[in-house]
Amino acid sequence: MEQIQTFIQLLPQQLVNGITLGATYALIALGYTMVYGIIQLINFAHGEVYMIGAFIGLLMVVYFKVNFFLAIICAILVCVPLAILIERVAYRPLRGSTRLAPLISALGVSLFLQTLMTLIMGPNAQGFPQIVKDTIYTVGTVKFSLVQVVILLVSSVLMVTLHMIVKFTKVGKAMRATSESYETANLMGININRIISFTFALGAALAGAGGVLVGMYFNSIHPMMGVIVGLKCFCAAVLGGIGSIPGAMIGGVFLGVAEVMGVAIGFGTYRDAIAFALLILVLLLKPTGIMGKPIQRKV
Amino acid sequence: MESIIGFFNDPYINQVLTLTGVYLITALGLHLITGITGQFSFGHAGFMSIGAYTAALLSLHLETPFIINVLMGGLAAGLAGMLLGFPSLRLTGDYLGITTLGFAEIVRIVFINLDITGGARGLAGIPRDTNLTIVLLLAVLSIICMYRIHDSRFGRALTAIREDELAAEAMGINTLLYKVKAFAIGTFFAGVGGGLYAHLIQYLNPADFGVSRSFELLNFVVLGGLGSVPGTILGTTVLTLAPEFLRFVKEYRMLIYSALMVTMMIFRPHGLLGGVNFRKLYLDLVHRRLAQLAKTKDVGGKQQ
Amino acid sequence: MTSLLELQNITIQFGGLMAVDHVSLKVEKGWISALIGPNGAGKSTIFNMISGLYKPTSGKVFFNGRDITGYKAYKITSLGIARTFQNIRLFKNLSVLDNVRIGRHCRGSSGLIGAIAHFPWTKAEEKEIEEKAHEALRVVNLLDKKDELAKNLPYGEQRRLEIARALAADPVLLLLDEPAAGMNLQEKQTLMQMVQNIREMGITIMLVEHDMSFVMNISDHVDVLNYGQKIAAGTPSEVQHNPDVIEAYLGKEIE
Repeated sequence: MEQIQTFIQLLPQQLVNGITLGATYALIALGYTMVYGIIQLINFAHGEVYMIGAFIGLLMVVYFKVNFFLAIICAILVCVPLAILIERVAYRPLRGSTRLAPLISALGVSLFLQTLMTLIMGPNAQGFPQIVKDTIYTVGTVKFSLVQVVILLVSSVLMVTLHMIVKFTKVGKAMRATSESYETANLMGININRIISFTFALGAALAGAGGVLVGMYFNSIHPMMGVIVGLKCFCAAVLGGIGSIPGAMIGGVFLGVAEVMGVAIGFGTYRDAIAFALLILVLLLKPTGIMGKPIQRKV
Repeated sequence: MESIIGFFNDPYINQVLTLTGVYLITALGLHLITGITGQFSFGHAGFMSIGAYTAALLSLHLETPFIINVLMGGLAAGLAGMLLGFPSLRLTGDYLGITTLGFAEIVRIVFINLDITGGARGLAGIPRDTNLTIVLLLAVLSIICMYRIHDSRFGRALTAIREDELAAEAMGINTLLYKVKAFAIGTFFAGVGGGLYAHLIQYLNPADFGVSRSFELLNFVVLGGLGSVPGTILGTTVLTLAPEFLRFVKEYRMLIYSALMVTMMIFRPHGLLGGVNFRKLYLDLVHRRLAQLAKTKDVGGKQQ
Repeated sequence: MTSLLELQNITIQFGGLMAVDHVSLKVEKGWISALIGPNGAGKSTIFNMISGLYKPTSGKVFFNGRDITGYKAYKITSLGIARTFQNIRLFKNLSVLDNVRIGRHCRGSSGLIGAIAHFPWTKAEEKEIEEKAHEALRVVNLLDKKDELAKNLPYGEQRRLEIARALAADPVLLLLDEPAAGMNLQEKQTLMQMVQNIREMGITIMLVEHDMSFVMNISDHVDVLNYGQKIAAGTPSEVQHNPDVIEAYLGKEIE
């Protein structure tokens, strides 16, 4: 009984922590969902783009003493061309190939970047300096750290911007058209290759920013950090309904909250399993995810 | 002759070859699931670990005979495969892949948390019962099984599912049932491989059966030649032995390996031996040889 | 006497669209029965419901007097309804012979253990499968191509291979979805002869086809669909003179 009471008392605080974590998941999940939506590929290298974003942020902060805002901008400026390059070199030649080939290629890129960063930075975790003051704000019983506020603000701004781009700009319309049908989009005069590059760029920008934010939040980054987080965020994207942008946001936040709650009720050691358990559960109950469209079997 | 025996008796060589055989048995299971039936499994190492822990725990606690333990490991993994297969094989392609991956991760995390498996410290003191002879024997047996499955009504149903699931269903194949069977058999092989692995390395740690191991097994099957037994043998052998020969470039090994994955997929998306029909090549060769013989005979006859 | 196949008020809805709207029709044993209508009239959808790939929203399908509505496709095939596909769906990377052997699947019984153990009865079954496959290939005149990969056959032969694959299942009723599509005149003539031969073998045939001369020459009975509804039925000449049918076909072009 007492346990339940403490749990309820701590609930608002857990929610805040969960949503903060979930916001970073959402940023990464968006890259997976957009790329999947447009070329039906699990971009396994996306987790590594996020990892590299975190390292660029670290470099900027440590060597150039920039503030977190500039660090994020720099991470984005490196991750965007990186992702475009990955698509050009490793995925584009494989368009129209077997289903498995681009996946293996993506795994290859992922492994390549992990190894490369391990060679450059060493295999150990690197401390991420505290660049945001550790001020704590209290609202009722709930405590917000300044880092949390920054994460929530930055990710909200990024997600709203993304939503605007996809919904209201010409290139966003082209993205949506391309994800419906290459052929029709092509007939409408859309340059498919440019749209695909643009999609990778958008995803990478969010992942790069996510990397810096996570570095700030947990104060530690390492070359393998993209593996599990990447997989979990892909799960989040599937949870929300792969291909759906609001789905990825909901899925990410949902996963963050579920993880924090899971830890709070004593499943701390199973933390990394929560995402996968949720994924399997959702896929079995509603195979297209929370926001996904139903699939009609084509004969 | 003696030098050959000496070669196989060298403990290092012996160990590496035995390990290759163990991986081969495991990979053949994945060959059946992905290469023949066309279903993605990104969690094969998870099933390998179920077999490994089952067999090892039986050896340590019940002291039942080694072969029985390995077999039980296979059955445990096969059962898990079947239980996961029934609900998840309704999913297709990437969804199935990510579900199997998730399942394997859950298995790994459960093994970290259990007491009986020694948790994250791992499980040590497993008797070394696996040897090269037994592994070679089982590997050859597995290869024969694969060939026989492939040339049967059962195997043709599986290839039909890979080629066009809907048409297969319209041809009277209960596709879900066959996919589950393929999954159960494939994971059985993974479990047997796991049991052998446990009694070869003598120490198990959940970390050895993570995502990277699953993808490594997938590479064995894909890079050698998807859907081809010789391809799987080639892929497994080369990718298991290469690191041993490339020790001098240790640090760059993974860099080369990963770059190879990308280039390989661009230039040979079906793997090295994918799409090569050995039986047809052999028959063509025989035919050509016969034709040549007939020709020379003809010429000879005329000359006389 | 019960009809071989009877559809009663069969209806299917995709989202808001009524693709097939309360269609009833009968196919009697021994007929070559055709289903015609403009594009999008719902012909292939009806085939997909008969063969169990789609589940009707309402209505019933009877086969030999047995209600088979909602049966799984593989079950329906084993009951004796085999089919071909409009957009050829062969097992492209397998040999011609293997394609037909797979068509025989529902008449066999050996499984994994037989595959590995090679029991005498497994071998006997394999032999029987092979013989039947050869027989089916002979009907469509493809026996000499049995070792080719299905994807390497020319288009017309791929269509015929689909028929052989369906024949291997020993069907009572054979559904042909646009068998003559993409064929030249000569190929169509050969095909027409083949379809008649198949009927001589005691197999009832139902086909969807756009080529009117093909349909009118070969069919005993024609059902006409338009916008998911049945608008006419009867012998080829009855249907040809039906004003509704003429309007459905011509009216569209005038607009």
